[in-house]
Amino acid sequence: MTSAPAAESVVLHGNKAHSDGGWDATAPSVVPVQTRSDRFKSTDPSAFPEVLGFEAEWKLTPLKLVAPLINDTLDGSIYEYSATEGDGVDVAWVDRTDARIGSTGLPEEKASANAWSSFEKALAVTISSETHVDVTVSRSGLGSAARGAHTIIEAKPNSISTVVLQNNGPALLSENVEIIVGDGAQLTLVSVQEWDEDAIHLASHFATVGRDARFRHIVVSLGGKVIRLNPSTHLVAPGADAELFGLYFADAGQHIEQRVYVEHVAEHTKSRVNYKGALNGEGARTVWVGDVLIGAKAAGTDTYEQNRNLVLSEGTRADSVPNLEIETGDILGAGHASATGRFDDEQLFYLQARGITEREARRLVVLGFLSEIVQKVDAGELQDRLKLAIEAELLGVSV
Amino acid sequence: MSTLVIKNLQVSVDIEGGTKEILKGVDLSVEQGSIHAIMGPNGSGKSTLAYTIAGHPKYHVTGGSITLDGENVLKMTVDARARAGLFLAMQYPVEIPGVTVSNFLRTAKTAIDGEAPPLRPWLKEVKESMGALRIDKAFSDRNVNEGFSGGEKKRHEILQLELLKPKFAILDETDSGLDVDALKIVSEGVNRAHETTGLGVLLITHYTRILRYIRPDFVHVFVDGRVAEEGGPELADRLENEGYDRYLSDASVG
Repeated sequence: MTSAPAAESVVLHGNKAHSDGGWDATAPSVVPVQTRSDRFKSTDPSAFPEVLGFEAEWKLTPLKLVAPLINDTLDGSIYEYSATEGDGVDVAWVDRTDARIGSTGLPEEKASANAWSSFEKALAVTISSETHVDVTVSRSGLGSAARGAHTIIEAKPNSISTVVLQNNGPALLSENVEIIVGDGAQLTLVSVQEWDEDAIHLASHFATVGRDARFRHIVVSLGGKVIRLNPSTHLVAPGADAELFGLYFADAGQHIEQRVYVEHVAEHTKSRVNYKGALNGEGARTVWVGDVLIGAKAAGTDTYEQNRNLVLSEGTRADSVPNLEIETGDILGAGHASATGRFDDEQLFYLQARGITEREARRLVVLGFLSEIVQKVDAGELQDRLKLAIEAELLGVSV
Repeated sequence: MSTLVIKNLQVSVDIEGGTKEILKGVDLSVEQGSIHAIMGPNGSGKSTLAYTIAGHPKYHVTGGSITLDGENVLKMTVDARARAGLFLAMQYPVEIPGVTVSNFLRTAKTAIDGEAPPLRPWLKEVKESMGALRIDKAFSDRNVNEGFSGGEKKRHEILQLELLKPKFAILDETDSGLDVDALKIVSEGVNRAHETTGLGVLLITHYTRILRYIRPDFVHVFVDGRVAEEGGPELADRLENEGYDRYLSDASVG
């Protein structure tokens, strides 16, 4: 865990246990080590104990703000959405009896279970096109009453697509998104959170990636009071490949959290996780937890995960917790990295020494820092729009 | 004709438990169009002079002055100094992730000139300068200094020098770590800028090797934060044969 303000600080391994808890912790409250895949799962919210805020799963989240989504009855009715049309793409509401529901994973926390038990119909995006197709599903009218929702995204075997989930407007939403990447399919899923500034959004994404399939998952979180999006990806067949990217920009009073989980189930699977965030303003808060589990049968696994945070002002806090569990030693590679730092003064000096003003130099450095992820978004005009959205965020950064 | 004048310059840096004086009264005057070599052993303050002129915040000026055509350089921000016509080719240029060379060059040119350069002539000029410095076209799309070899970084510095057309360039050990071919390419770039724009050059180096390709009009020998000796190009030849030992023993005695 790294918290600002601090000079450039890089987590060096081997020196001491992480502040999140480890071998040298003496407090009795430390949660015993548990294999990530053994976590309790249920679709029934009452099967989970009351959430008090001390739980490892919730302790970094502003519980008061998200409590209605954990404890209250959620409106699970269908809502208005718009979707672009294309050949080999089907977007429709489906019943709870749809065979795909529950095929990718089950809730591991109470708010996720609350959403699961409340939705009336699930919105299913099914892609069968074997030539690349772009699909954008937009929601902007969810309202500010507590809601639960369920979405299925199925990339049929050998299909190729980019699916954008575009979120705007007000929200008090807990939802589950199931993603099925069939054998040989290529799916890029981009979830863009540009909610109204008082919106609260909890989401669990569950993905299974089939044989020789490629899954690219990109989370872009810019607008909303609280955004907590936890993507789990299970590489269930040989040759499955996942790239999980995240880009976030937390302003004053904003909480953006992501708990990323990658499970290497089958042999010869590959994953890359790269989340980058910027924090600016009093109370800007981000959390990144990255769990990777290399299962006993996942020989030949190749995985690397990293998180980078750029702190632009005083009064911010970035938590960054990478975890790696290895049940077989017969792997190609496994690594993780985390760093949280301020502006690099030498970068600013270099740019200024070429006549560029300090303000413009800072803008270039932040855009450059985040552009590594923006460059991964190859969905039509979305990349250009995201660049403009980040530029707009930067207008709030003082020099 | 511009002049860069340094008078009795005293500079210190913060060290653990206090400050350390590095420049102890440096006097130097550089006319636009002339080439001055600043030579000296390690730790004599050569690079401190370079970074102080450019305005690096690590160096504190405790006395003396730097003026450019009478204007007080020490009162200018780092970027204002660059816009006034000063350029520092750095010994260790930093990486700027996510900022491409083409974006960086255009942004810098726009900042220096106060307006964006017309696109077609600019692209042509960049292409020609890159060609002359044997820089591959693909460089434009790479991030600034990211994954560059030592030689590529130096050529990229000289590319900026040619494109930004400053009045004065300070080259901080631009020759270090270059093989002879790269040294020739870099030197040709400096000579081109000198001939076409009347650039004044402060060439900071430990070794005389680069002076075979860039002939200085004046040579200043730095020892222990002061100019210990000054002369014409013949002084460089003498240093080539004798090294710095003579000055070091002088310094320890005096």
